[in-house]
Amino acid sequence: MSHTPTEMMTVAAARLLTNDEVCFVGIGAPSAACNLARLTHAPKITLIYESGTLSTRPSVLPLSIGDGELCDTALTTVSVPEMFRYWLQGGRITIGFLGGAQIDRFANLNTTVVGPYDAPKVRLPGGGGAPEIASNCGQIFITMAMGTRAFVEKLPFITSFGHGTGKGDREKLGVRTKGPTKVITDLCVMEPDSETSELTVVSLHPGVTREQVAAGCAWPLRFAETVSETPPPTAQELDVLRDLHARTRKAHGVAA
Amino acid sequence: MAEFLSLAQGIEAVLSDGCSVAMEGFTHLIPHAAGHEAIRQGRKRLTLIRMTPDLVYDQMIGMGCAEKLVFSWGGNPGVGSLHRLRDAVENGWPNKLELEEHSHAAMANAYEAGAANLPFAVFRGYKGVDLPKVNPKIKSVTCPYTGEVLATVPALRPDAAIIHALKADREGNVLLEGIVGVQKEAVLAAKRSLVTVEEIVDDFGERNANAVILPSWTVTAIAHVPGGAYPSYAHGYYKRGNDFYIAWDKIARERDTFAAWMKANVLEQGPEAFARYAEARKVAA
Repeated sequence: MSHTPTEMMTVAAARLLTNDEVCFVGIGAPSAACNLARLTHAPKITLIYESGTLSTRPSVLPLSIGDGELCDTALTTVSVPEMFRYWLQGGRITIGFLGGAQIDRFANLNTTVVGPYDAPKVRLPGGGGAPEIASNCGQIFITMAMGTRAFVEKLPFITSFGHGTGKGDREKLGVRTKGPTKVITDLCVMEPDSETSELTVVSLHPGVTREQVAAGCAWPLRFAETVSETPPPTAQELDVLRDLHARTRKAHGVAA
Repeated sequence: MAEFLSLAQGIEAVLSDGCSVAMEGFTHLIPHAAGHEAIRQGRKRLTLIRMTPDLVYDQMIGMGCAEKLVFSWGGNPGVGSLHRLRDAVENGWPNKLELEEHSHAAMANAYEAGAANLPFAVFRGYKGVDLPKVNPKIKSVTCPYTGEVLATVPALRPDAAIIHALKADREGNVLLEGIVGVQKEAVLAAKRSLVTVEEIVDDFGERNANAVILPSWTVTAIAHVPGGAYPSYAHGYYKRGNDFYIAWDKIARERDTFAAWMKANVLEQGPEAFARYAEARKVAA
């Protein structure tokens, strides 16, 4: 069964999740990956959306973070201040799943502005929950499609803190959580290097070359000593993912 | 005690030019009809406060109601940009818009501090990020017990809070269910408040003992506006107009298509239009 790079990204991200995780889910690619995991190998995974829904099991992907589907299928729904205070800051979340407009080599993220803050070329939506998700979840997975406008040499604005300028920066700020441990892209999977915390390619998706990955990144991208090949999506993974997207399009009133 | 008013009277009662207003709602129960009424009344120089400004603030900004936005995430969720917000920030159209930008955790805590009558909120946040460099209101405090440095933001105390709720009873008590967001905190933090509701009932009937209820004496005014959250939704009444959120991207992208849409659907309409929108998306009983 052939697949798209985006499908590979979603499947590779989903595979990293297990039944034991309590996952704070962002809208878009993270939401697709988390629900794919729940509908395949991790049926007991706990999914939490910042609108206050705990242990939600949506049958279609939400368009927004507080769609009725999330509340209808949740174990319980709490207020937004409670969500951020007791559940996120309280240290109850094992994995925060983020996307972003731009990322740098130490997995810091920008979703605020392109250009100067006071006179932006592009005004992006802003941080939302991300700054505190990035510091208060046990670890962070990031999922983003590659390209030199997204994987940049220097961020114009740090919205969410990854590994700062390298190993040890989180500890210096008194942040005790691990921060970004995986970056899942449409071409490869990266992990921070154990010595420097710089993102390093650990796995290439099937048919993707090192040159292609390097071309999608504005900094000179490093590769791990051994780079494996990501196993391709199985027929079952693709079926479940495509069904989920088809149900979602129908529910949102978008032509399939 | 809350006073029952028409929507137009309610907006007149709580909103004046130059005041600060929190029209809250987290995807659910966004007070769209109230925002449209504020536009029709031509309110100006408002400070708009909301964690997740979406279409209704895009509309108010595009119609020139706002001079400042206090927010933590300004986009069309799952769709893309708010084009009117961007046009104001990037090009100063129709007027310059001052931004006071926070994170969600900061604003949620700031509303809670306002409701609790505290001067500021304290939380573990803003570590290593750039927002404190561009927002001078973000400061820190050292914990007197552990020495940990924690982030602080001033409490939010809006002049007015406007929310949409499911029900009011005849005494003016207000019931919210489902995704309740920060609406209770926003109302309790504000000097005055307007609540638009789906229905007015003699009695709430059977309910959970821990239901979210704003007692009549915490609310200034109530207006009965069925469908008043559309294209947002009201739990158990009607579904979110996700198709409209997607369509808004195209409507709002250009100034002239935006202006034409606002004229036909806001300036030349009244609150009764919302009942029709909601009827079309009614949740089966």
